[in-house]
Amino acid sequence: MKQRYLGVVAVAAASALALSGCAGGDSGGDSNTLKVAYQKFGQFTQMDAHMKKVKEEFEKANDGMTVELVPIEAQEADYFAKLALMNRSPSTAPDVMYEDTFMVKTDVEAGYLAPLDDYIAEWEDWDQFPENARQAGAGDDGKIYGIPMGTDTRAIWYNQDVLSAAGVEVPWAPETWDDILATAEAVKAYDPEIIPFNIYSGKGQSEGASMQGFQMLLSGTDDELFDSEEQKWILGSQGFEDSLGFIEDIYQGGLGPTPQQALDKNIGTTINSEWIPGGTLAMSLDGSWASGTWIETGSAPWPEWSEVMQVAAMPTQEGQEPGRTSMSGGWTLAMGAGSENKDAAWDFISTALNQENSLSYDVAASQVAVRTDVAEDPEYTDANPTFGFFSELVADTHFRPANSDYSKISAEITVAMESVMTGQQTPEEAAATYDRAVIGIVGEENTMAASS
Amino acid sequence: MTTTAPTALGAPSAPRAGRPVQRKRRPGRTILRSAPLLPAIVLLGVFLLGPVISSLYGSLTDSSLSGASASNAEFVGLENYTSLFADPDFPKSVLLTLVFLVASALIGQNVLGLGLAVLMQSSHKPVRVIVSTIVVTAWVLPEIVASFAAYAFFNDGGTLNTMLTGLGIPGVNWLYVFPMLCVILANIWRGTAFSMLVYTAALNDVPPEITEAAEVDGARGWQRFTLVTVPMIRRSISTNLMLTTLQTLSVFALIFVMTGGGPGTDSTTLPLLAYQEAFRFGELGFGTAIATILLLVGAVFGVLYIRALKPEVD
Repeated sequence: MKQRYLGVVAVAAASALALSGCAGGDSGGDSNTLKVAYQKFGQFTQMDAHMKKVKEEFEKANDGMTVELVPIEAQEADYFAKLALMNRSPSTAPDVMYEDTFMVKTDVEAGYLAPLDDYIAEWEDWDQFPENARQAGAGDDGKIYGIPMGTDTRAIWYNQDVLSAAGVEVPWAPETWDDILATAEAVKAYDPEIIPFNIYSGKGQSEGASMQGFQMLLSGTDDELFDSEEQKWILGSQGFEDSLGFIEDIYQGGLGPTPQQALDKNIGTTINSEWIPGGTLAMSLDGSWASGTWIETGSAPWPEWSEVMQVAAMPTQEGQEPGRTSMSGGWTLAMGAGSENKDAAWDFISTALNQENSLSYDVAASQVAVRTDVAEDPEYTDANPTFGFFSELVADTHFRPANSDYSKISAEITVAMESVMTGQQTPEEAAATYDRAVIGIVGEENTMAASS
Repeated sequence: MTTTAPTALGAPSAPRAGRPVQRKRRPGRTILRSAPLLPAIVLLGVFLLGPVISSLYGSLTDSSLSGASASNAEFVGLENYTSLFADPDFPKSVLLTLVFLVASALIGQNVLGLGLAVLMQSSHKPVRVIVSTIVVTAWVLPEIVASFAAYAFFNDGGTLNTMLTGLGIPGVNWLYVFPMLCVILANIWRGTAFSMLVYTAALNDVPPEITEAAEVDGARGWQRFTLVTVPMIRRSISTNLMLTTLQTLSVFALIFVMTGGGPGTDSTTLPLLAYQEAFRFGELGFGTAIATILLLVGAVFGVLYIRALKPEVD
């Protein structure tokens, strides 16, 4: 009797094994379905709205085709991880994906993206993209892998009511980092309840901290992260240490949010939908897209924003030429290397980024337009009073190192920022830790000492 | 009755004479008789040994989420381990993991669970029902819900600080100032019910005659507990220690939700470090090496328990 029981268990177990083996064999849909992956998180819902609209348009124009939208609800760092995990398996890899320009080169090396050159050659609209915008979606091999949706610049958003109440002259135009610190002190003295200045920092904010925060500082010093001529990473620079010093001044000097507030994963949402409309944050170093939250179609509409919020360019450290700095990035639409219907995927991308759709997306998401026919369209220029300012910053903007190791090194920058803002390390110690980490990632032969 | 007491007290008595001498078996028969174990062995091999081996192999490659090594990961030998041991974050993380383990599982959950079980044995039924309901509630909650509850309690504007302010005591930012203390308390709160249930069951199995006999022999309350009860439930203690250790070593969501491993690296235990390396920094191979170390730590504790608390034949 007992033996028979065991036999039954054995058969059951064996069939369970066989069944679980079957489950893995599903091959990701047929070629009449397009899988489109993009980010949807917090206040960033404009991409979701845009993709839904394009899906409708595309399905109407292409009978029998279905678009499967896969909104990845994750903040930026997790979005990259989830997208990469989707790309690793053919059964989940998307046909079209929303791809940050700084990830393009790495993902090309990983073999996740398909080159678009053959399609672009026959695409009339490509003439509307200026050369620097085209390069944003290029891989190390020079081929184009992503079509830019828009670009961005960064600057300081400030609440002019708070600043003038604190005795600061508006319109405010800081000329050095010290001007920012002095203004922050003035705000703190005026009302200790108001958070004077926010600069994104720490691991939780990932690329936001590295780019909106750290690199906005470093690009205003005499040093750089990466020597593009030598193709080497620069270590031990004074500018690096000074930039960390600024983070320390803000967070350890009580001029920013408390480190815990700043390390909260949701601080981006809190800032733009609560603190700024509520008048509890005086200055915020953020992207050109920030007003996308407050406009009528945004996630936290705030009709008075254009009267209260003003923008000032980020000054260089000591006011050195050209006196201001900015960083630019932007996102693209890219095609999955494993797509079974590349022609349809291209149709989807080109529909999503034609003049009309680019215009509506750039306005809704407060993007700096890349297409010339969008940037010059009165419908775009009249839509938002800050578009002119941010587009004009492009003249003095900087780009992130075009190197496939950048994303790993960027993560190390956020580690250095976090250890300084929490007081665990001095800027000097954190910079030394960073130097060791970079050598660990790229090897000593790909680094060089700072010249200054 | 009195003769049973010395054996029960755990005095190393000679093996009982009644045990039959092992008969010589034919090897063929042994294999045939263990055949029914085969499915279980296959299942263990596929679902336990398989992942362990693939984790071991993964930790010897430079596999990553993106970049050139995503499509064709190369075998790099022990490179991940050498750079891991050179990483100053690693010893700190191991130390934090051990602190978390010892404080929240070995001391917190076990001692508190045993204490509650003992106290509840001698309490009235209504008290017993109320206390066990409260304790078990934390255990019944899904991990993520319990984690958010703990976050809401310790958070700067959370329940704890609101209560303290009500009492006129200024609170501190608990999760920021005492991150380890917070996650340890939260894990004790969440896990004590398990130990309590195990020990309640074990205590119910201790025959009352033995305790009574010890009482007649003049053993006081504390002596009865250490000399009679504890030796009699030592098998449950060792099983429970093992289970809570393994559960606690793998705690991730609780810490991730409450502190995210921060501030800085002040609450980054090994599972969080592995996650950070594998998914934040995209170094899958390196993250896997950390996970493998975690596996080894668990194995070391497992062996220790089996050795130290070798269940005697009784």
